[in-house]
Amino acid sequence: MMSQIAFYFSRAIQQGIPLLFGSTGETLTEKSGNLNLGIPGVMYVGAISGVIGAFFYEQSGAALNPFLGVLIPLLCSLLGSLIMGLIYSFLTVTLRANQNVTGLALTTFGVGIGNFFGGSLIKISGADVPSLALSQTSAFFRTKLPFADSLGWFGEMFLSYSFLAYTAIIIAFVAAFVLNKTRLGLHLRAVGENPKTADAAGINVGRYKYVATCVGSMIAGLGGLYYVMDYASGVWSNDGFGDRGWLAIALVIFTIWKPDIGVLASILYGGVYILAINLLPTGGIAAVRELYKALPYLMTIIVLVITSMRNKKENQPPESLGLAYFREDR
Amino acid sequence: MKNKLFHVSRRPAMPWWKSLLIRVIAIALALVVCAVVTMLFTGENPLNVFSAMISGSFGTSRKIWATLQGIAILLCVSLAVTPAFRMRFWNVGGEGQILMGGLACAACMIYFGDVVPNWVLILMMTVSAIVAGAIWGGIPAIFKAKWNTNETLFTLMMNYIATQLVAYFCNIWDKKGSGIVGVINPATEAGWFPVLGGQRYLLNVIIVAILVVFVYIYLNYSKHGYELTVVGESEKTARYVGIKVEKVIVRTMLLSGALCGVAGLLLVGGTDHSISTTIAGGRGFTAVMVSWLAKFNPVVMIVTSFILVFLERGSSDITSKFGLNKSFSDILTGIILFFIIGSEFFINYRIDLVHNTEKEAK
Repeated sequence: MMSQIAFYFSRAIQQGIPLLFGSTGETLTEKSGNLNLGIPGVMYVGAISGVIGAFFYEQSGAALNPFLGVLIPLLCSLLGSLIMGLIYSFLTVTLRANQNVTGLALTTFGVGIGNFFGGSLIKISGADVPSLALSQTSAFFRTKLPFADSLGWFGEMFLSYSFLAYTAIIIAFVAAFVLNKTRLGLHLRAVGENPKTADAAGINVGRYKYVATCVGSMIAGLGGLYYVMDYASGVWSNDGFGDRGWLAIALVIFTIWKPDIGVLASILYGGVYILAINLLPTGGIAAVRELYKALPYLMTIIVLVITSMRNKKENQPPESLGLAYFREDR
Repeated sequence: MKNKLFHVSRRPAMPWWKSLLIRVIAIALALVVCAVVTMLFTGENPLNVFSAMISGSFGTSRKIWATLQGIAILLCVSLAVTPAFRMRFWNVGGEGQILMGGLACAACMIYFGDVVPNWVLILMMTVSAIVAGAIWGGIPAIFKAKWNTNETLFTLMMNYIATQLVAYFCNIWDKKGSGIVGVINPATEAGWFPVLGGQRYLLNVIIVAILVVFVYIYLNYSKHGYELTVVGESEKTARYVGIKVEKVIVRTMLLSGALCGVAGLLLVGGTDHSISTTIAGGRGFTAVMVSWLAKFNPVVMIVTSFILVFLERGSSDITSKFGLNKSFSDILTGIILFFIIGSEFFINYRIDLVHNTEKEAK
C-alpha cells in the first residue's frame, strides 16, 4: 500500500514539475504586467534547444562527460528561451504591441520551431520510429540522489527525483521570496500594478518588464527541458509536450500569482492528472477518463471566479496585466 | 543624466496609403528574413520554397477551393471574435466555442440522422450549434459582467474543457474503441449540407460572405454595434450615457460564441461530416491575430485571413517537394506576424532622432 502511494505520489510530482517551472516563469512575467500567452511556445523552444544541444554533444563522438552532458543542454535551453523572451519583450515593451496577439504569435512560432527541429533531428538520426532518443545525456539528467533507493517509500516519495526537479522547487521559493520580501520584488509588483506610479517613483518600468519577462521565459523553458530530458527519458516526439504550456498558465491563476503555493498546486495538478488516467472510477466507461482530464481546468476556473467574487486586493491579477505602458499617455 | 538617442511620441492618424505602405514594407522585410531563415535552416533556395508555397495554395482548382474553404472558416471565426474585441473583451475561447458548436451539430446528426427529414435535421443542427457556441461564450461573459472575472484567462480555460468534452463524446460514439469518429451517416448523408454547383466548399464560402456583410453592418451601423464600441472605449462613459454595460457584455459574447458555433457547424455539417478534438485546428487563436491585424474591420479581415491561410496551405507542398517538416510554415508564419505586429508601432508613433547638443559640444 505504502509503496503504491509512494509510486503515484512520485508520478504526480514528475507530472507537476514542468508545470511548476512554467507557472513560476509566467508568474514573474505577469507580475510585471506582461501577460505572456507565448509560454507554451517558449516551453517548446526550451525543450528543443536542450535537445539540439544534447544531440550534437552525443553525436560529437567525444567521450561523454556527465557534467558537460548536463551543462550543454541546460545552457542551450536557457539561451533558446531567453531569445523567445527577448522577442516578446521587444515587441510588447519597446514597440508596445498588443500582448495577446504577440503571445499567440509567439506560441505558433515556438511550437513550430520545436516540431520543425525535432522533425529534422529525427530525420538526421535516421530512426525508424518518429521520435529521437537521447538516452545517454538523459541518463545524466536523471541521476538521482545516491541514497534514495535505500530509504524505501520515503526515499521514493521525496528523494527520487533529479536535480532539475529540486531546482524547480527552489526557484519557486526564491521567486516567492524575491516578490514578497525584497525591494526588487516590491518594484516589480509596482510595475505590474500601476506602471505610472512606479515610473513616477523613479523605477525604470521598461527595464523591469524586460528582465522579468526574459527571466520568466528562461525559467519556463526549463520546464520543457525537464519534460524531455527527464520525464520523457530523453525521447523527443513532435507535439509530445502537448498542452502543458496552457496548463502552466492555468496554474498561475490557480495559485493566485504566488509561486510558493505553486509548489503544492503543481503536485495537485499532476496528481489530478495521474488520478484521472489511472485511478478514478469510470463505471466501466473508459471515455469518462477524458472528462476527468478537464478537472485541472475546471478547478482553475473555480479559483478564478472565487477570487474575482471575493475581490480581495492581494488575490487579484496584477492591475495593469495585458496593457502596454507609454509614459506620454499618462 | 542619461541621454536618449530617440524621442518617441504618439502621432496623429496617418493617411491610409502611408499606413498601408508601412505594412507592405514590414511584410517585405519579413519575407527577406524568411528567405534567410529558409536558407540557413533548410539549405533550399528560398525562391523555390516560396513558389512551392504558391503552387501549394493555388496550383490546381482543387487546391484553390481548399484554400477558399480555409479562408472562409478562419474568416468566420475572426468575424465571431471581432465584436468582443471591439468591446475590449479578449475572447481567446474561440477554439472551445467552435468545438461546442461542432459537437452539438454532430450530436444531432448521430441521434436524429435517421429520425427526422433532412431539412428538419439541418435546422436542428444549425440551431443547436449556434446555441452551444453562444452558451460557451456566454458563461465567461456573465462572470465578467457580474464580478469582473478576467475574461482572457476564463475563455482560455473553457477551450480545454470543450476539448475534453469532445474527446469524451468521440469515445462514446466510436464503436471500435479508437476514439476516432469516422464519417457520420456515410450511407444516408443525413445532415450533410447540400453541394452547390458541384463544389462542396461553395456553400460555406457563400455563408461566410453573407456573415462578413452582417458583421460589418452590425458593428458600424447598428445601435448594438455603437453600444459595444462605447463600452470598449470607456466603461465609465458608457455608464454615464446610460448604456447597461453588463447587458452589452453578455449580449456581445453570446453573438461572438454563436458565430463561432456557426464555424463549428460549417466544419462538421458542411465539409468534414465528422468530429474530433482537433477540428478547430487552432483557428480560435489564429482568429485573434486575423482580427487584430485587420484593426477589427471585417472587410480587411478577408485580406489578413488570406495571408495566414496561404502560409498554412502553402506548406503542404513544401512538405512533399522538399521533404521539409510541415511545421516550417509555423516558423514562417511566426516571423511574418512578428513583423506585422511590430510595424504597428511605426504607424502609431513618431520617432525623432534627438540631436544631442551636449555630446557635440564635447
